[in-house]
Amino acid sequence: MSADTPLSKERPNPAVDGSELIRFDRVVKRFGANTVLDELDFSVASGKHVTLIGPSGSGKTTILRLLMTLIKPDEGTIKVGGAYLTHEEKNGRLVPAGEKHVREVRKNIGMVFQQFNLFPNMKVLRNITEAPVTVLGLPKDEAEQRARDLLDLVGLGDKCDAYPTQLSGGQQQRVAIARALAMRPQVLLLDEVTSALDPELVAGVLDVLRDIAHTTDITMLCVTHEMNFARDISDQVLMFDAGRVIESGPPEKIFSDPEHERTREFLSAVL
Amino acid sequence: MSAGTHDTGSTDNWDWGAVADFMPHFWDGVLVTLQVLALGSLISFSLGLVWALAFRAPTRLVRWPVGLLTEFVRNTPLLVQLFFLFFVLPEWNIQFSAETTGTLAIGLHYSTYTAQVYRAGIDAVPVGQWEAAKALSLSYRRTWTAVILPQAVRRVVPALGNYVIAMLKDTPLLAGIGVLELLQRSRLEAAQTFQYTEALTVVGVAFILIAYPSSLLLRALERRLVR
Repeated sequence: MSADTPLSKERPNPAVDGSELIRFDRVVKRFGANTVLDELDFSVASGKHVTLIGPSGSGKTTILRLLMTLIKPDEGTIKVGGAYLTHEEKNGRLVPAGEKHVREVRKNIGMVFQQFNLFPNMKVLRNITEAPVTVLGLPKDEAEQRARDLLDLVGLGDKCDAYPTQLSGGQQQRVAIARALAMRPQVLLLDEVTSALDPELVAGVLDVLRDIAHTTDITMLCVTHEMNFARDISDQVLMFDAGRVIESGPPEKIFSDPEHERTREFLSAVL
Repeated sequence: MSAGTHDTGSTDNWDWGAVADFMPHFWDGVLVTLQVLALGSLISFSLGLVWALAFRAPTRLVRWPVGLLTEFVRNTPLLVQLFFLFFVLPEWNIQFSAETTGTLAIGLHYSTYTAQVYRAGIDAVPVGQWEAAKALSLSYRRTWTAVILPQAVRRVVPALGNYVIAMLKDTPLLAGIGVLELLQRSRLEAAQTFQYTEALTVVGVAFILIAYPSSLLLRALERRLVR
């Protein structure tokens, strides 16, 4: 096992019939009087890299947070790998999911945050091994080997014993990427992962993500304002406005020949 | 001025002889005071953490009673609590020695302060840490023990230390139920010799000698921990 490449194509939970991995059905999310997602339907096929774009407040980050179960939808259902994330089936009826069920489904999902959120009280290596050891039950040496491989992959093989505060923002974010990958998730959620970085550190992080996108079959859901990056890694781009997908398609189409007026406006503002 | 100058008749003059006579009792008193302080701190640190975790319990059935209990204890005088435990508990056939009662009372009383300290420390851990723990599917237990508490406790060590010093200065209240700590020793000594000045002064100086270096030590610790 320890000879594994860190991003081997084996998956602990293969996607149902290899196609649809994520499905939102009529999902509604409100914050107070503000309806952020309005009966949202969309699905993502396994292995695809999907970028969510749109003006701020259009609900992109909310989608990632719903998938990570950091928040709950007010209405509708979310499925990941064929299992309900929000509900569970009991005696043939759908009931709100219990904590245990959510935890099981959530193991298939990893997330990288805008603010990195590394654990400052742990060294880099333990940041990465903590969850594989305590959640997946991996032996410590195997988890450490996996962590070292991943750190090599993100170009930080020499930082095992550093504390997060001793690293630059870009380095911290790359550790955070390694930490998420160490769980071998089927889905990787990237929430504006370069927004908090100094401009000169952005490229390093994007290079790592590009590398991962092109060499693995991990499904990626990405909220970003880096349009070049989106064009580069995406199979599909979803344009959001006011809690709905108003346009979707391959990046060449969306970026060079958008159909919707709002998309044109948005792109001319950010490009 | 040497320890040999006995000046027994006078109450105006400082009498080193009386100091020397008091010293054996004084050291016994120091021992009791430090013992109460050490055990009291231990109780208040651990019980306070229990309260702080209970403040965050998922169910109101835990949060409410604990909130009520700690508010009650925090807002009634320690001396009243001491008397209550010492004189009322035996009526319910629960009987401890004065020193045990005193240690429990001071530990319980201060646990309601340390609970607030821990709570502030826990609240100060950024919400992103909880989210990262959740995103990694860490268990409830691991989230607390490996992520939240190490960060929270580190922040609050200086504040906890301040309460140890405050607690030290509250230990003389235990004289009220007859615990043979520093103040009670000096009172007994003085009651026999009628030389209050010497015994009480020695005790006062002793408190400074314990408290001031402790607070210096604490400040050094604070500089190391809060980076």
